[in-house]
Amino acid sequence: MNNSKVNRIKDKAFNYFGIFCTLIGLVILAFFIGNIFYDGITRIDWDFLTALPSRKAEKAGILTAWVGSIWIVVFTFLIVVPLGIAAGIYLEEYGKKSKLSELLEVNISNLAGVPSVIYGLLGLEIFVRVLGMGNSILAGSFTLALLVLPIVIVSSREALKAVPKSIRLASFALGSSKWQTIWHQVLPASFGGILTGVILAISRAVGETAPLIVIGALAYVPFTPSSPMDEFTVLPIQIFNWISRPQHEFTVNAAAAIIVLLIITFTMNGIAVYFRNKWQKKINW
Amino acid sequence: MKNKLEAKNVSVFYDDFQALNNINMSFEENAVTALIGPSGCGKSTYLRLFNRMNDYIESFRLEGEILIDKKNIYNKNIIVEDLRKNIGMVFQKPNPFPKSIFENVAYGLRIQGIKNKAILRIKVRKALQQAALWDEVKNDLDKSALTLSGGQQQRLCIARTLAVEPSIVLMDEPTSALDPIATAKVEKLIYELKKEYTIIIVTHNMQQAKRISDYTAFFYMGDLIEYNKTEHIFTNPTHDRTQNYITGRFG
Ligand SMILES: Nc1ncnc2c1ncn2[C@@H]1O[C@H](COP(=O)(O)OP(=O)(O)O)[C@@H](O)[C@H]1O
Ligand SMILES: [Mg+2]
Repeated sequence: MNNSKVNRIKDKAFNYFGIFCTLIGLVILAFFIGNIFYDGITRIDWDFLTALPSRKAEKAGILTAWVGSIWIVVFTFLIVVPLGIAAGIYLEEYGKKSKLSELLEVNISNLAGVPSVIYGLLGLEIFVRVLGMGNSILAGSFTLALLVLPIVIVSSREALKAVPKSIRLASFALGSSKWQTIWHQVLPASFGGILTGVILAISRAVGETAPLIVIGALAYVPFTPSSPMDEFTVLPIQIFNWISRPQHEFTVNAAAAIIVLLIITFTMNGIAVYFRNKWQKKINW
Repeated sequence: MKNKLEAKNVSVFYDDFQALNNINMSFEENAVTALIGPSGCGKSTYLRLFNRMNDYIESFRLEGEILIDKKNIYNKNIIVEDLRKNIGMVFQKPNPFPKSIFENVAYGLRIQGIKNKAILRIKVRKALQQAALWDEVKNDLDKSALTLSGGQQQRLCIARTLAVEPSIVLMDEPTSALDPIATAKVEKLIYELKKEYTIIIVTHNMQQAKRISDYTAFFYMGDLIEYNKTEHIFTNPTHDRTQNYITGRFG
């Protein structure tokens, strides 16, 4: 056999190996999801979604958990969006090359690598104790907002960077100030990218458990929260709690709750992808 | 005849590199002045001096004065934003904003604080008419500017510039990205505009300089070699370099 034939075969072999590796991940994921659906799908009904928690598995529902998750998502969103976008704008548009922004940049990358449980400890100390928020929705939201802040900052910067220089120059040439240019041209043009980052950040926050347990979110909350200062639980904590019980019925409940949680995160990721595609189509430089 | 702009002992540096060498030149009001010369001779650098777009280049340094209506625009008390409302610029590659046609033209007015819808509509229409684009887009004002053809986009950029009613318009090779038909339209437009505007245009195209300009300045490696009435430059240039360049013997 000549050399190019050998290379051709090597090429093929690597190709199949790559497909195999990709499939492993997909198959395992599909297996887990299938398993969970098999266990839990029949358990999901209106009662399950609207019932309060209970000691009896067949009576227990996830109302407080998903309502708690929504409270947390909304407040995390409200905190992380202005902070993250403003920080992204500062670093990308104003702070460039300053010592301060170099320092910030390194630390933002570091923050993204800190285990989430550490954020929980931080939140417990600062928000729950020092700022006296107690183990409330607000404290949980601030903690999660800190956790996902690097995602929003980094994706905002990427989106701002992607706006072509020619747009900025055109705006300056018409007599607009730097802030007017950012506000009227650069931000709208990078909106799709920023939004995508925000949604990915929020869908990460929905699934977080450890930091919320650390700040004292409860597994058993017999009422739905009515203000951001109320105690709360969220879906992942409810799932964690049910899974740790010995009875099979609770495992089924956990599987059903996992399905609900998966649907929420997949939907949010889907929305993110949709917006990214839509904006990319609209703005085609 | 009145001098609208003037460059006095102007030298420009990018760090240690000198891009313009002691230029002295004045521009007549309501006339078209063409800047020609081989690539890299400093035409764009020179043009950007007049609306201070070089300010965004970190290594940029200026010696000398640029006077507009006898005032040095590099004085400390000059507000750059106000200066640029009086001096529009059209770029080499059409660069419309990713917004509707209407919003592209209205943008310069909006940032000046004009909110009245009726006034905006009147001014947008007038600017689009001046740019000879109105008839083509009057039914599509809400469409994205990015759906227009290259030639239409460039005329939109001209309309956007005219909307804020500057007295000077700078153009850096405005037709180099356009096909011949679109180029002809833009040239005709420039010829019309000089009644109301003082125009400085950089061009690579000798025929274009000949067709549309009243004065022509030939630059070579940062020096102003020759500056005169266009007909004079093209029929009877004083310098060999100019002669060689306009006859295409080097480029
Ligand atoms: N931003 C810049 N930084 C450093 N040098 C530059 C910059 N812009 C232009 N130059 C240099 O200045 C000279 C003139 O450039 P330019 O004004 O763009 O010429 P032209 O428009 O006539 O082609 C060239 O040698 C170019 O390399
Ligand atoms: Mg140039």
